[in-house]
Amino acid sequence: MTVINQVVTWLTDPAQWSGPDGIPVRTLQHLYYSLLATAIAAAIALPIGVFIGHTGRGALIAVNLTNLGRAIPTLGIIILVFTLAGFGIVPVLVALVALAVPPIVTNSYIGVRSVDRDVREAAEGMGMRGRQVLWQVELPVAMPLIMAGIRTSAVQVVATATLAAFVGLGGLGRYLIDGLSQRDLAQVVGGAILVAVLALLTELVLGRVQALVVSPGVAGRGADAAVRAKVEKAA
Amino acid sequence: MTDSAAPVLAAELIRWEWVGRHLDDIRDALVQHVELTGLALLFGLLLAFPLALSAVQWPRLYGPILGVTGVLFTIPSLALFILLIPFTGLQIQTALIGLTIYTLLILVRNIVEGLRGVDNDVREAAQAMGYTRARQLFQVELPLALPVIIAGVRIATVTTIGLVTVTALIGWGGLGQLFIEGFTLNFSTPIVVGIVLSALLAFTADLLLVGLQHRLTPWARSGGG
Repeated sequence: MTVINQVVTWLTDPAQWSGPDGIPVRTLQHLYYSLLATAIAAAIALPIGVFIGHTGRGALIAVNLTNLGRAIPTLGIIILVFTLAGFGIVPVLVALVALAVPPIVTNSYIGVRSVDRDVREAAEGMGMRGRQVLWQVELPVAMPLIMAGIRTSAVQVVATATLAAFVGLGGLGRYLIDGLSQRDLAQVVGGAILVAVLALLTELVLGRVQALVVSPGVAGRGADAAVRAKVEKAA
Repeated sequence: MTDSAAPVLAAELIRWEWVGRHLDDIRDALVQHVELTGLALLFGLLLAFPLALSAVQWPRLYGPILGVTGVLFTIPSLALFILLIPFTGLQIQTALIGLTIYTLLILVRNIVEGLRGVDNDVREAAQAMGYTRARQLFQVELPLALPVIIAGVRIATVTTIGLVTVTALIGWGGLGQLFIEGFTLNFSTPIVVGIVLSALLAFTADLLLVGLQHRLTPWARSGGG
């Protein structure tokens, strides 16, 4: 029980909530790495996934990418790029982007691919061209799955950005890494709780964003269940 | 990258003489990696089956079980390992419990989904033939759920192989030890060896499981799934 008391003391200490090592600054740093990495990953992965879904070329890669991505050890990538490029945000970004790209590619591929044939043909029958079909029909219909992919990646990125502290950067991981080396259990546990809460909040907030960007007509298609079923079948 | 740059970069990334001198260390790290992965999966399966079966038996439990496992899964791995330290110290249990929890989350979901996916007609046919509940479960439902269950085992295996490297930060890590060594020496060779071997390990394990599924579910082969 003493551990819990220490953690509560650590979390509620006013000194912890101000200054450059304070929880607000560390949280903002953490969010900055995560947001940047997720945005870069989406900028890379969305066009690829949507292109493959639209054209059907490279489908095998798109489907298996998520599983391949799981095999990449993020800690190894961070440390490797660190030894090559030196201190800075680059190693962390490279590793987090590599982590975030596969689920977004796979989900946006499946999303676009699984647009009903009849819907696509109806759009063509109405005289839409390929690009119009893509922007006005396929993407809106695929949006629940696309957002599910971004959500999965973002949560993983927030959780994994913890490792940035290992190569000297900031973020909430500092409390874990510093606490571990200083044998300061309260700091470690407090930091771990903060990261877990931030990851859960990311999931919740992106869930709300998804509700906003998904057209009411295609909402409630059970995006997550559909992705899971398809990914598992395909894998 | 041009043709001439590739060998230079490769030479910078990996020094083969280091690899030659450290074959024993690399082998030990690999063995530890396999042991941690295997034990975590074993414990994960042993715990996941009773949980999943109770969720199928009492559907009311399914929501709470999935909710709790889903929340646990969002906890960053390093945080989870560290949160266990007050209880288990830096012993192997800390790494194992953390890894097992992650496998559990994936396995429970897939076992439940697999069992729920069994066609009701099949279930009724088994009942009509006088199968007891247990016999129906073991001879009808589990075999039919096997593809989804093995899909879960594959995801859990590959995920665990990646997560094992993180336990290097709490004194274990299998091939992840090579990352820390490379970091301390500021030397890329051990890191590259660690990344390549853990990725290879994941692919090999995945292929073996695909092969296993192929053998165990001969009726599913024509399905093209």
